Amino acid sequence: MIEFAAFAAGPCVGKYMANHGAFVVKAESRSRLDGFRAHYPPFKDNIKGVNRSGVFAFNNDGVYSLGLNLKVPAGVEIARRLVSKADVVIENFTPGTMKKLGLGYGELAALNPGVVMLSTCNLGQTGPRFRHPGFGSQLTSLSGFTYLIGEPGGTPVIAYGPYIDYVAVGYGYIAILAALEHRRRTGRGQYIDLSQYENGVQFIAPAILEYQLLGRIPTRQANRHAYAAPHGVYPCAGEDNWCSISVFDDQEWSLLVRTMGRPQWAQSLRFATQLSRKENESELDELLGQWTRTQRPDNLMQSLQKAGVHAAKVNKIADLFSDPQLAHRGHWGKVEHPEVGSHHVEMPAFALSDTPCADPTPEPCLCEHTELILEKLLGLSKDEIEKLAAQGAVELASPKVSARPS
Amino acid sequence: MNPPDPNKKPGALTGCRVLDLTTPLGHLCGKILGDLGADVIKIEPPAGDAGRFRSPFYYDSSGAAQSLFWLAYNNNKRSVTLNLETGDGKEILRRMAGKADFLVESYPPGYLDSLGLGYSGLLKENPRLIFTAITPFGQSGPYRDYQGDDLEILASSGVMSVTGHPGKSPLRISVSQSEAWASLYGAMGALTAFHHRQQTGRGQFVDVSAQSACVIMCAHAPWFWDYNRDNPTRQGEYMTGRTITGARFRTVWPCLDGHVTFIIYGGPAGQKTNRALTEWMDTHGMAPDFMKQRNWDEFDVATVTQDEVDRMEEEMGKFFQNVTKKEFLKEVVERGMLGYPISAADDILNDDQLAARGFWQELVLPGREKPVQFPGGFTQFSDMECGIRLRPPQLGEHNQEIFQDEMGFSLAQLEQMRAARTI
Repeated sequence: MIEFAAFAAGPCVGKYMANHGAFVVKAESRSRLDGFRAHYPPFKDNIKGVNRSGVFAFNNDGVYSLGLNLKVPAGVEIARRLVSKADVVIENFTPGTMKKLGLGYGELAALNPGVVMLSTCNLGQTGPRFRHPGFGSQLTSLSGFTYLIGEPGGTPVIAYGPYIDYVAVGYGYIAILAALEHRRRTGRGQYIDLSQYENGVQFIAPAILEYQLLGRIPTRQANRHAYAAPHGVYPCAGEDNWCSISVFDDQEWSLLVRTMGRPQWAQSLRFATQLSRKENESELDELLGQWTRTQRPDNLMQSLQKAGVHAAKVNKIADLFSDPQLAHRGHWGKVEHPEVGSHHVEMPAFALSDTPCADPTPEPCLCEHTELILEKLLGLSKDEIEKLAAQGAVELASPKVSARPS
Repeated sequence: MNPPDPNKKPGALTGCRVLDLTTPLGHLCGKILGDLGADVIKIEPPAGDAGRFRSPFYYDSSGAAQSLFWLAYNNNKRSVTLNLETGDGKEILRRMAGKADFLVESYPPGYLDSLGLGYSGLLKENPRLIFTAITPFGQSGPYRDYQGDDLEILASSGVMSVTGHPGKSPLRISVSQSEAWASLYGAMGALTAFHHRQQTGRGQFVDVSAQSACVIMCAHAPWFWDYNRDNPTRQGEYMTGRTITGARFRTVWPCLDGHVTFIIYGGPAGQKTNRALTEWMDTHGMAPDFMKQRNWDEFDVATVTQDEVDRMEEEMGKFFQNVTKKEFLKEVVERGMLGYPISAADDILNDDQLAARGFWQELVLPGREKPVQFPGGFTQFSDMECGIRLRPPQLGEHNQEIFQDEMGFSLAQLEQMRAARTI
């Protein structure tokens, strides 16, 4: 696979493919750095550097970096030669950019009729606003998510990070595998026009139906549920510690009451049935919160779950690295990176019994594999590579510098 | 029901059979395979799938309650009822599994095994079967048997700790998301396994954890901890962690008829945006001199001070208050700026970009005359169909079609099975 892609929506698709054995070449250039290498924290030890980015690591583990400048004609020629040997091309430029470079689907299919090309962008390759560029944080608002986060009647709250990008990563991955099956059946490749906006709307489909069928616009409800009560996250002992509790029927409520040691307030008729709990929900939340404040979140989760009540500690970001269930699943893969040192990458949420994902591999340093790729895939000699590098068509890795203070 | 259009191209999975034994956690997984062309048979308990009982409901003209969540994620499926806890029910499922390519289920870990219908049991019927199990926490491990609905999955995934206001309760998204994420990763896993099967002829077991799937909602936050032992937390209407000065940036702004999202960025796209916004503000006489005189090409978000951010944001905030969501969208597009309105369901349904791409698919639901717009295919393929062919089925709508016409049971046998509550 060859990626002409930056940030999240394109590269993270390649990352998952690499996790399952694809040889993924990321074409990148110092003249147009992936924004995640260049601008966005975190950087290791808060020192900026193209090989020090955590957000780049997250989206690019396991892929190979090829230094390739598409502003140089010989660079475009290398790209064409690589595509002629590729199964899949992934790109997430602004619509029209690949065509301008001579790398549009028509040109690439003429070279390689079996190639599957995924174009992933904000709004799709057609329509009145197709050219509009954007970042996932704002597109998450356009597709309806931001409107649905917050207190009832309060200001909406934005999701952390470019939420919608990762929705599109999943759909992009699925689309590529679907197109590869089609190619297996027919011998033909094809073009995939993926609109991240349209992917996002899939995830709020029930809200779209609610507006049409019930005539109301779903809006912010904090953590409340249509009928379950209690249904929320409750403060626990310690600083910024919380635990979710959700009770879906009267049987579960009785289990919760028993776990609390049958306090007087919980025996009140105001909380005896699902409907009455829902009606008196604010008071219920207050009283339940008084009890949870005396509990450690881990203990609370364990005791409620043992009793059969829905409950989960609100993991802080740091907790994700000590969560026993994520550890059991090998969710975080440990890698050694020449500049960053030891760090973690995220393994896929699906575990295959017979073809498990590959061992974790770090994200590449900028241009780390230029020679390897040109030699192995295109059979170029060292001399040819040096000549291309002198023209600026390909770019080689910088000598590695240890970032650790001596 | 929409009749099949003979001019339509096949989908990637046309000719494949999926058995869908999912609860709400897995509905979208089956739908994705169906949207790609697979024949998906939803196998429901005789009382109906749990998803059918999930509120809110729409009441059709006969007074029957239709779950909106269920309607949203069960198109392209045919429905049969089958009681898997009876001998005949098990036998029928085994027969069906023998001819299926995929089985997708989201029952608690071990439930289907206890009936002899788990992966090891069905592998004997069909070694080519891709068996995908989607559960809150996965098939093994300390949380395997824990109860998990949307809140528990999101709480344990970490995302709630970075969603909401500082000092206040962590928040979820008010339309549940964990089922969609778990299903998305389920379909990714199922198709990865299918790709392997098409090369080797061997099926396999795909174990999906919703908690693991939802960790991706934290985006890059885990790397702040992993790299620098910083623990990102909730920032309300602000974004932090982008500067060396510690400046924070407003992300959500009141406008004339709601809210818009605008964030001060650096880099080429951000510099262009800041310049374009200044010009737009200037057309209303609202651009202050310090913004007009700023050399935006040199604007670096990493080194900007809170003082400068505050000055800019004060002026922007005043300006946005007089702009409608629609006007904001039109101007950001024409000016090539980053930023979007905070849309609600009605804004999305009325968006001309989606309409122009033919995104919506109109379905007529039983007991209702007026058609309903459903989100269509998740992507556009040049050479394949992807989208809705069949409206969501009614409970057991295809019992006769599948059990009698396709599996060869007689009408009398069906009557017997119905009387025994097998179907």
